[in-house]
Order: sequence, then C-alpha cells, then structure tokens
Amino acid sequence: MENNSPALPPKQTVKLRINGAEKQLELAPWTSLLDALREHLNLTGTKKGCDHGQCGACTVLVDGRRINSCLTLAMMQEDKEITTVEGLAKDGELHPVQQAFINHDAFQCGYCTPGQICSVIGLVNEGKAKTLDDIRDLMSGNICRCGAYVNIVKVVQEALERSETR
Amino acid sequence: MRPFTFSKARDVSSAISDVTSHEKAKFIAGGTNLLDLMKIDVMTPRHLVDITNIALKTIEENEEGGLRLGALVSNADTAYHEQVEKRYPLLSHAILAGATGQLRNMATDGGNLLQRTRCYYFYDTDTPCNKREPGSGCSAIKGYNRDLAILGTSEYCIATHPSDMCVALAALEAKVNVTGKDGDRVIPFAKFHRLPGDTPHIDTNLKEDEIITSIDLPAKGFAEHYTYMKLRDRASYAFALVSVAAALEMDGDTVKEARLALGGVAHKPWRKPEAEAMLQGKPATRGQFQKVAEAYLEGARGYGYNDFKIELAKRAIVRSLEQAFKMEASS
Repeated sequence: MENNSPALPPKQTVKLRINGAEKQLELAPWTSLLDALREHLNLTGTKKGCDHGQCGACTVLVDGRRINSCLTLAMMQEDKEITTVEGLAKDGELHPVQQAFINHDAFQCGYCTPGQICSVIGLVNEGKAKTLDDIRDLMSGNICRCGAYVNIVKVVQEALERSETR
Repeated sequence: MRPFTFSKARDVSSAISDVTSHEKAKFIAGGTNLLDLMKIDVMTPRHLVDITNIALKTIEENEEGGLRLGALVSNADTAYHEQVEKRYPLLSHAILAGATGQLRNMATDGGNLLQRTRCYYFYDTDTPCNKREPGSGCSAIKGYNRDLAILGTSEYCIATHPSDMCVALAALEAKVNVTGKDGDRVIPFAKFHRLPGDTPHIDTNLKEDEIITSIDLPAKGFAEHYTYMKLRDRASYAFALVSVAAALEMDGDTVKEARLALGGVAHKPWRKPEAEAMLQGKPATRGQFQKVAEAYLEGARGYGYNDFKIELAKRAIVRSLEQAFKMEASS
C-alpha cells in the first residue's frame, strides 16, 4: 500500500533512535512504530499480534516506559530512546529478565515473550507493583495464549526483588 | 490505514491553524483510540496534526486551590502523581481501573475525554450505526446490547461512553479548558459530553477547531470517603458493565455532601444531582443509600440483553456508598 501510487501523500524523513543507534528512514506517515521496526529495520523480535493494542505482543520501551508500538506512528517517536527486545542483552549476556524467562520456564511458543519481557522491565521501572494481585493487574496488557501466566508472575516477582536489592 | 498527510504542531495556535486549514483533519496525541479506529476504517481523517510536542504536560496548582491537569499528561502520570493520589484518590483509582499499563502510558488526559464508544456495532463497518454513519440506523437497539446503555438513550443510539477517568471527573465536577479559533472557553464537565438524541455522531460539545488544553480539578477532592467500583466480566482490562464513582463528605455519621457518577450505563458519565441531594443531612444508612439508588435509576430502560444492568447499577450504588462511608477497600 505504501508504494507505487503517485496520488499517495509523500513519504517523510524520520529519525529514530533504536537500541542506541540512529536510524534515518523514509516512511509513509501512516507507518506504525511496529511496522517501522519490523518491515523497515528488520527488527522482527517485536511481534505483531492483534495490531490493536489488545495483546501486548508489540510492547517496546520508549524512554524506559512500556508502550504498544502498534498504536503509535513512527513519525511521533522521533527524539526518543526506543528499546526493543533486540537491545536488551549487553556484551553477549542476556538481560536478567530474559534469563528469568528461561529459568522459570515462563513461555511455551514464545510469540508473546518479547512483549512480555519489555512489559516486565517497564513494570519494574514504574515501581508500583507490591502484591501478586498488583502484578497480575499490571501485566494484563500482555496476553499469553499458551497460558504461561503462573511462571510469568514468578519472573516479575524475581525482577521486583532484584530491583529492590539493587 | 487509509493514507493521510501529517504535520507536527509546536504550540496550540499552530495546531488550531493546522487543523482548520486541512480537510478532514484531526489532532493526534496518545493515538490509542484514534489509530485503532483508523485501522478498521471507522475513522478516516485525511490529515493528522501531532500535538504531542506542545507544552501541556504538567500538573500544577490552579487558582481555586485544586489541580490543573495538562491535556497531554499521560493517564499513568496523572494516576501516579503524588498530589492526585493524595488529594484525588478517586480519580487515581478510576484511571487505574481502565486499560493496561502500556495504554495508560500512551493515552493522554485530554484524549481520555474524547475516546469513542466501544459499541460493537460502531466498530463493525458491515452493520448500520448512526454514530458512525448518521441516518443508517442503530443495530444495537434490537441487537446484542449487553454492554450498552440503560439511561439517557434515544431511538437513534444506545452507546455508552467507555471512560473510567471521566466518571471520576464527573463526580469531582471538573472543568475542561479549551482553546479554538474563537478563543478560550471553559466547559463544566457535565456539559462536555452529550446525550445521543438525534445526533449520536456528535459525542461532545467540543468544536472541530477546539483543542483541550487542561482539566481543572476543584479544591474539594473527597479523599476521606470515596470509592471507584468497576463491575466487569474480568478483573482487569475490560470495560465496565457498570461503574460507580462515589464520594462523601461526612460529619460523623451524617452526610454533608454526596457525589455519585455512573459509568457504563449512558452516553456520558451519569449524574443526577437532585438524587445526590437526597442524602444531604441524612444518616449514612443502607436504607438511605437504597432510596438514592432507586432515584438514580428512575427512568432506566433495558433493551433485552442489558436489562440486568438496572438492578446491577442500583446494588453497585448502595455498595459503593457503604464502602465510601466505611472506607473499606474498593473492588
């Protein structure tokens, strides 16, 4: 849809800062951040589930806050620090939340997992979850159709404990 | 999404001139509702004006001793703001009862007021809907209407307003500050949203060229006695079947002032000040609360699948007022 028709509005230049690197793209204005990541930057770790903000598979961090990348335009995320699941590991070592998903067996098919991981990191940054019910409520924007929720909650608990002792 | 052109506004006046100089133009801020509706062709603007760079992102004291919420403050930053939590816990709880962590980080306070109904037929472009396509008919009245309105409906529309935040703002009697090409004006919260009547495609009294700049909370926050009760099909990330914002000012066991607003039951947050006034000077008893609940639901009408909401709303009012009085944990 974005190519070939002379009647379409022109593409615009967008500068995005993703996982620490500047990227300049020519995008149609209606390109979501999610499509910019997946289709234009080949960062396919971020998943497209519902494309309507209901499933959370597209969750990324913008300036440390978790958002649904499907419900924002790439043009609106200039001058911000965007972190996707590809940007979490440092020096060949997984981010502790990534490692915790493995340790706790917190996924089965793995499709929701990049979004879950970014959401857990965002939740810890927010610092509002105190109880198990808080965790369940504050993770309700991430659906796991394999039903790994019980172990995902354990990951969040571990991540919260680590953030307190840090 | 259908193609559109895009511009970024630096300030309120350039945003207004941008939106008025383009055909079928809309402002975009959080985008969580607008982009969702654009993806399914329910909303089809030809130009978007990005207002997220405008300096409307602070929460400050206002002249009347309350708080002024900048229109572009996120729902999350509002709910977790120290002064909002302390002085307006009803508002904080209501915001946190809605959406998800991700959506609350994106959605703005101004945008929350402007979100569209979640009526299934409004979303389904294969069916008639007077709100989406004026004059095409209402599929909900004789359709599957379990989630839809029981108060203030018309023969053209039985949609509900989906917001939780707005239910609290209605109870708190907030004011909406707006700016348009003809200047500034203040809209009392009760006059911001509309009933459907024969123009259900018009949700609010905001004009096309007007932009919400801030929301003023009055000094009185009812932080001692309040409840936001949201009844829904699952415990998180679901719209209300019925919600109640209840706020009391007490003198011992006697009610000095009561505020009630209902969500999930009408095209706007539902207030009935004359029914609230029935509690003034009365003891806070279950019997009194039941009388108010009956008065609040007077004239309510079910459409089949949503008949249960009438009784549900009455019981929710009684339980909310009891909780607000005793200040038990809300649910």
